[in-house]
Amino acid sequence: MMRIELVKRPERSKLFAALSPFIALGLTLIAGAIMFSVLGKNPVEALYYYFIDPLREVWSLHELAVKAAPLILIAVGLSICYLSNNWNIGAEGQFIVGAIVGSILPVMFPDFQSWIVLPLMLLMGIAGGAAYGAIPAYLKVRFNTNEILTSLMLVYVAQLFLDWMVRGPWRNPAGMNFPETRTFSPSAVLPEIWSASGRANWGFVFAIVAAVALWFMLSRTLKGFEVLVLGQSPRAGRFAGFSQSRMVFFAFLVSGGLAGLAGISEVSGAIGQLRPTISPGYGFAAIIVAFLGRLNPLGIIAAGLVLALSYLGGEAAQISIGVSDKVVRAFQGMLLFFVLACDTLILYRIRFVGASAAKTVEATQNV
Amino acid sequence: MFEDILITIATAATPLLIAAVGEVVVERSGVLNLGVEGMMVMGAVTGFGVALTTGSPWLGVVAAIIVGALFSLLFGFLTLTLVTNQVATGLALTLLGLGLAGMLGESFVGLPGIKMSYLYIPGLSDLPVVGKLLFGQDPLFYVSIALTAGVAYFLFRTRAGLTLRSIGDNHTSAHALGIKVIAIRYMAVMFGGACAGLAGAYLSLVYTPQWNENMTAGRGWIALALVVFASWRPWRVLAGAYLFGAVSIGQLHAQALGIGVPSQLLSSLPYLATVVVLVLISRNRRLTMVNTPASLGRPFVPDR
Repeated sequence: MMRIELVKRPERSKLFAALSPFIALGLTLIAGAIMFSVLGKNPVEALYYYFIDPLREVWSLHELAVKAAPLILIAVGLSICYLSNNWNIGAEGQFIVGAIVGSILPVMFPDFQSWIVLPLMLLMGIAGGAAYGAIPAYLKVRFNTNEILTSLMLVYVAQLFLDWMVRGPWRNPAGMNFPETRTFSPSAVLPEIWSASGRANWGFVFAIVAAVALWFMLSRTLKGFEVLVLGQSPRAGRFAGFSQSRMVFFAFLVSGGLAGLAGISEVSGAIGQLRPTISPGYGFAAIIVAFLGRLNPLGIIAAGLVLALSYLGGEAAQISIGVSDKVVRAFQGMLLFFVLACDTLILYRIRFVGASAAKTVEATQNV
Repeated sequence: MFEDILITIATAATPLLIAAVGEVVVERSGVLNLGVEGMMVMGAVTGFGVALTTGSPWLGVVAAIIVGALFSLLFGFLTLTLVTNQVATGLALTLLGLGLAGMLGESFVGLPGIKMSYLYIPGLSDLPVVGKLLFGQDPLFYVSIALTAGVAYFLFRTRAGLTLRSIGDNHTSAHALGIKVIAIRYMAVMFGGACAGLAGAYLSLVYTPQWNENMTAGRGWIALALVVFASWRPWRVLAGAYLFGAVSIGQLHAQALGIGVPSQLLSSLPYLATVVVLVLISRNRRLTMVNTPASLGRPFVPDR
């Protein structure tokens, strides 16, 4: 039988640190081609509709930006969490609560129309997301409760709460009983960047600004150093005088706030009202984006575009060759698997050892 | 009436119990597999599909167990052989499972499923009050109780169980003693996968005999919380699972009675209860430290 052995590299491989996301993408494409063949589709054609066709027209590039904006915003926040060893997997919930809190003004005070409405909405969205993210942070710091489970449970709570809001107290009085709020007035709508050519709104600009700002913080400031030290060695961090508890709050507030901003931007920019479902799983796909971008905010911009492309490609392939859009999530899951597997190459060399050869290899090594 | 409520509580508790007991074995060996939700949903779609095509719910159950175990091998290969981060890989397994199951099950949506018939034990099931509860359930209910007893016995009364726990507490020492750490962890992970697959099949063949892609609804995560709540002990998992069964059935009955609280808020009770219970159990730091397998989630690369 063949055995796989890991041989630790003397230091991190810079080559594979740069290459591994691309290897992972390549492997995902191969696995995807196999999957499409099994489904009885021409794999080349299917992959074309997934990854090339959406890039051919300008309006479609706008759609790409619309989908990438929430993914990048959430994922750069998550990168702070994961780098500092805080496992926030409830960004979907923080996204939803940000959207709800940000929508208070346009839904409850539709007559309040002024230039100040939109900035207030965005700030409230950030505050809502951050506050919701603060719950698992507080429980972790105060009671030592596992943040993975609490942050995830709160996703279900947020989804159910939104469902109640749009069917109950916030339902559009003139909406024929549809489960949705009133549509936002023009002053509450996030403007499009360049409306002559497509739908992309300012959410994408926020995403790029957030990514660059967090990249600067991580690579050029003491706070960024603190994030990395506490993530890699809490003990060393304590000796340096960094507070673990404050880092937990910092990570969750930043990521929750950004997820909240993504939520209100999506509702105000792309949808224009609250509905029972406002996210096709952005909060979870952003986890994949964060890892595909190697937890580097600039890498995350590229990774966010890739995942956004998979959503768009899913829609295109459903229309053109009748592949279900359910395939998208399977694709995304595979991608994360390959990314994690390829990251092993950064720290280890992989050696295949045949059962009979194993002894000789060991023997020659001992010489 | 009262009897019926007790039985539905058992039905709500059984999938949680099966999945959580499987995860106890995984975590006792020092591996944290957060992919329970993904393995469960794969089991649910497999069980439903195989039962539908063959007409036999039992074949569905067997297929779900096999698929659950095979699917967990993906996680095992990454975390045990390639030493990837266990938290991230578990998440990946969940995301992949939800995606694949949604894709595989698309043609099953809306189809009436096959429900596993109840198993009445003659004579005993006619006993008052407890008769139906203990002796007139679906077959997998008995499996879940036997599984709990079996795992409790294995972990604390056998040499193999001791070996498994020793790996979970200190994999370096266990390795030095010549115990095959990685091989045993592979088996533990596959056992956990098989249990999660079975739990999924329970959902789609007993609990609600139909398929929709959100049918696990976070139960895999609640099972993970139960493991912490039960401080990694099988019988306490049983107690926790029935507590959660009671909460979720209680809120369903409250919805039916129309007590004036919106149904969505009642539906969020099991999730909120999970948070509350986790807080209560983890606030005692010393107790958590003592019970948690010391190597849980830590990577292991054997040095030769």
